[in-house]
Amino acid sequence: MIEKILLKGFYTLISLFVITNYGLLLMGSMARITARVQGRIGQPVWQPYIDIVKNNAKRWSISHGVMFYLGPVFRLAGGLGTYLFIPGILGSVVFANFSFSGDVILVLYFIFFGQLGMALGAGQSGHPYSPVGVSRGLAQMTAFEVPFTLAVIALASQYGTLSITEIAMAQQGGILNWSAFTNPLATIAGLFAFVGMSMHNPFSVVIAPQEIPIGPPTEYQSSMLGMLQTNRAIFNGAKLVLFVNLFYGGANNIFELVIKTFILYFINVFVGVSFPRFRIEQAIRFFLFVPTIIGLAAVLIQYI
Amino acid sequence: MDKTTDDLTTREDLDRQLKMPNAGLSKEDQPLFCDAAPQTVAPYRGIWENFLNWARANSLWILGFGTGCGAIELRPLMTARFDMYRFGVQARPTPRQSCVFVIGGYASTKTIKRVVRSYEQMQGPKFVLGLGSCTINGGMYWDSYNTINRLDHYIPVDQYIAGCMPRPEALLAGIKELKKQILAGDTENTNKYIENLDWYKANQKKIITEWDMPDYNW
Repeated sequence: MIEKILLKGFYTLISLFVITNYGLLLMGSMARITARVQGRIGQPVWQPYIDIVKNNAKRWSISHGVMFYLGPVFRLAGGLGTYLFIPGILGSVVFANFSFSGDVILVLYFIFFGQLGMALGAGQSGHPYSPVGVSRGLAQMTAFEVPFTLAVIALASQYGTLSITEIAMAQQGGILNWSAFTNPLATIAGLFAFVGMSMHNPFSVVIAPQEIPIGPPTEYQSSMLGMLQTNRAIFNGAKLVLFVNLFYGGANNIFELVIKTFILYFINVFVGVSFPRFRIEQAIRFFLFVPTIIGLAAVLIQYI
Repeated sequence: MDKTTDDLTTREDLDRQLKMPNAGLSKEDQPLFCDAAPQTVAPYRGIWENFLNWARANSLWILGFGTGCGAIELRPLMTARFDMYRFGVQARPTPRQSCVFVIGGYASTKTIKRVVRSYEQMQGPKFVLGLGSCTINGGMYWDSYNTINRLDHYIPVDQYIAGCMPRPEALLAGIKELKKQILAGDTENTNKYIENLDWYKANQKKIITEWDMPDYNW
């Protein structure tokens, strides 16, 4: 029994290590691709690693109270929670994580959990820009959760299950079995939500670097900022793995996972460099209109 | 009784401010800010500190605060022609997360107040680039009544970049020199500032007559 638990813990660590590094490399490479679009050379691919080391190597650090410390912890818990309940690679013992029946509901909750914890922490910093960023972030998040949840409901009723593993398993046996082809409306609604979730342009006003410095984490520095950056990599990876499992037939080996997630993440970059930013009310109006209608249609079609 | 500007410039008032932390703040505001002096933190030794210095040198986050006319030179530095990102240099809009403060040219008595506050809010090790002649000796404003002449009397400066204005190439050269300095471990100015805090504070308070901000912005 104890060996089994230890082995599971060891596998979880491997899985986390892989997704963290993959997330960081993905961020670095996408920053470089964006730079190429803008006619620049761009930062090195390994720049996110150096930034994290540098931030953790700061010798001084200030605090604004207990909740301020707990903000990044909650955020990291949200990222870890999201990833750990998604099966990374189908049929793999190492990357199976803690997937169980009904986990898609838990994952939906975990996506929100980190943001709420961060909102509490950032609120205690007392900086006026933090609440501005928090309110923008939570408003946009509530808006993109609507089409995403509708897409998930459509998939759940299509496959008759709330388990991510079973949803992914049901799509095996060829490219035409993917939800992207069997349920294109849910996929489109989910993709719109995905672009919003990644907070790239045109939905990047939450961290609006020009108007409100960096948004919620304005006051976060040193190792707390390092923790937030690490979480960003994990959370990015987790979202990609979730979308591959839900809409693109899951992944049977790590190469398949890398190819599918890379192409999926590329959508962000493609949209991001093509469009300017939305204001927050425009973003909310956008999410609650076209993607929500598509999501509703996807759900209704399942019941007709 | 309300204070006037004249009252604040008296010798007694200056002495009082130098002795009592946060004396410039109102009674209501005083408990809201830190009243303890910051502490120095010694660097590690050997390979570990060299590794950390390598990371610091390759991830320079510039505080996005245009302090003078030199701030204009920072914009072309970011765009396609010079592209500072390839050197690991990024702009960061909040002092808490930045490590390089580029003082872009002249610092007036009004600006120096914000400069000091922003500099103190940055988490160390932090570095300062003095851009342009004005930071060295006042430049073309050397006899102006409202411009400071030597920046390093108020905050420690790691590198000066001469010129009026220095082109982005000069700024890039300055950043490269700063990198060399960081790699050599010759950038303990955060500790130097804390050790000589009284001297720096006295200098700052001589210039900033209306000292209505906390003494320790750490």
